[in-house]
Amino acid sequence: MIEARGLSKRFQDKKRGEIRAVDNVSFTCQPGKIYGLLGANGAGKTTTLRMLATILEPTDGTAIVCGYDVVEQPERVRANVGFLSTATALYRRLTAQEFVEYFGRLNGLDEATLKKRVDTIFGRLDMNGFRDRRCDKLSTGMMQKTSIARTLVHDPPVMIFDEPTNGLDIMTARTITSFIRECRNNGKTVIFSTHIMSEVEKLCDTIGIIQSGKLLVEGTLGQLRDKYAEHDLEEIFVKVVTPHYVAEEAN
Amino acid sequence: MSIRNVGIVYRKELTEAIRDRRTVISTILVPLLLFPVLSVGFGSLAVALVGKAKEEVPKVMLRGGEDSPAVVEGLRKLDKIDIVSETPNWKDQIINKEIRAAVEVPPGFQTDVAQQKSDTVNIYNYEGELKSEFATDKIEKYMKDYRDKVVKERLAAKNLPETVLKPFEVKRENVAPPEKVSGAAFGGIIGYMVILLCMTGAMYPAMDLTAGEKERGTMETILSSPISRMHLVLGKFLLVLTAALGTAALSVLSMGVSFSVLGHYTGQTASGRAAAAGFLLKLGPKTVISVFLMALPVAVLFSATLMTIALFAKTYKEAQSYLTPMTFVVIIPAIAAMLPGVELTPKLSIIPILNVSLLCKELVTGTYHWNLIAIIFSSTCVYAAAALFLAVKMFQRESVLFRS
Repeated sequence: MIEARGLSKRFQDKKRGEIRAVDNVSFTCQPGKIYGLLGANGAGKTTTLRMLATILEPTDGTAIVCGYDVVEQPERVRANVGFLSTATALYRRLTAQEFVEYFGRLNGLDEATLKKRVDTIFGRLDMNGFRDRRCDKLSTGMMQKTSIARTLVHDPPVMIFDEPTNGLDIMTARTITSFIRECRNNGKTVIFSTHIMSEVEKLCDTIGIIQSGKLLVEGTLGQLRDKYAEHDLEEIFVKVVTPHYVAEEAN
Repeated sequence: MSIRNVGIVYRKELTEAIRDRRTVISTILVPLLLFPVLSVGFGSLAVALVGKAKEEVPKVMLRGGEDSPAVVEGLRKLDKIDIVSETPNWKDQIINKEIRAAVEVPPGFQTDVAQQKSDTVNIYNYEGELKSEFATDKIEKYMKDYRDKVVKERLAAKNLPETVLKPFEVKRENVAPPEKVSGAAFGGIIGYMVILLCMTGAMYPAMDLTAGEKERGTMETILSSPISRMHLVLGKFLLVLTAALGTAALSVLSMGVSFSVLGHYTGQTASGRAAAAGFLLKLGPKTVISVFLMALPVAVLFSATLMTIALFAKTYKEAQSYLTPMTFVVIIPAIAAMLPGVELTPKLSIIPILNVSLLCKELVTGTYHWNLIAIIFSSTCVYAAAALFLAVKMFQRESVLFRS
């Protein structure tokens, strides 16, 4: 389970002064459910997810992930989280197997358990054909599978996906979306950020719309449709975001 | 503190480093090949060129001497010298290397010598030009031999012994053991090489493991794992340190072998180069261990400092532009220690880099000033610890890790 409590992140910019990348964001993600964080570029999605994964420290507020506080116990949090984004690249000079094993060891797995986990994951993701191939020789699809294997190696109860299909071709993107679904079916807590409406419609149990670092609205797809009297998610998104976008442009 | 986690990071970084062509070139191949190429390659080329220059029969122009046939005859009979007739543009011919030198025998020289009047024989040459110097040496030797012969004849004519002109000999004798002599001559180079190569060995991995990781997008991947940032930076630091020490060790080994081969090749066993070879190969385990013990905190200082600076950069190229000026910061004190007359004092022993460089010079001559060694080792350890502390702190700063 993930519980964000007034999460905020401010950055200092030489030209623009203080920037509120995330401003007092609170939400809850339940096990066996997918929470979709929907927002435009620069809305604060990545910063929010980086704080949940303890890659960034909140300026104010906190979040509880699997019972651990992201500010007080960041290493415990990371041991219970699998984090995947298009920015999480592979070590090019390691083989696919070495790469996954490295993260297994960093997650504290002993060698016997690690071997079993790696064999199981490589079999399940159909990766045995390239397990000894260096990561710089892998196709995009193979790289994504290797990244998925990395997030799964320690079998974390929470999965965080930051725009995981960004820039990927349709077949590779499908591998990722089916993996996200599988995580939900296995009872994991999943949070997923994107600006692709169709992915949200297909995958998410709960949707949160974020703009200018603020969580503007959240609910199931049905609840949002009822509230804004629109069927199309893109129209709902535009209705929610436009007043804030206009105000921001005016400023 | 989890040594296991530091070890996991170190092993992974080592695996990647060994598979990286650029790291292998900068850490292993360059130090192994640099000295053989520089010393044996250039050395043998120099020997060959000098040999060729010596073999050439130089043209030397004779000016005057019409009334001194015996001297001219002697000059013409000189082995491997081609005496040519005088032309007005003789200076230009020397400058244009058409002739190598000119010898001017003054009018009435032979008569003046017979009448015990003093005269001057001028030799004109192109100073610094190798073949001109060879020709000048030959002419000068002939004229000095001729002068000595005249002196001997005059003494004999007056029944005087040769000791009239040389009442006593002056002789100098070295009492320092050979290792101290060669150490004093070449000890400074050892310190300079060890320090400089520690730096160059650390430079590439320091950039690759920080700015390189940011550029390749793996920084976010590793930061999402449960390893603490301190363990991560320590694992990376150990790899940079390994590269620094490895490069320095391979370089010293390569330098010793190269000089030895060069000494053997040239056959100049008494020359400086051969002495250096003998000296390097004769360095006892105590000296080698001492030099590397002193190099250890310096390598720690370099590794941590270079990592801290490189971490600021967003890309590998940006890191290169930050670290290149660092080479000068290191070279200047290292060279200062090689200057003649610069010796280790309590004040100099707290100046980083310069102190270790000066100490290496003393260690290779077998001199151990334990009080200064203690000051140098402890002060360098303090600087190294501060640099490492700073590196760990920098790895915890989001503004540095995610600089955009």
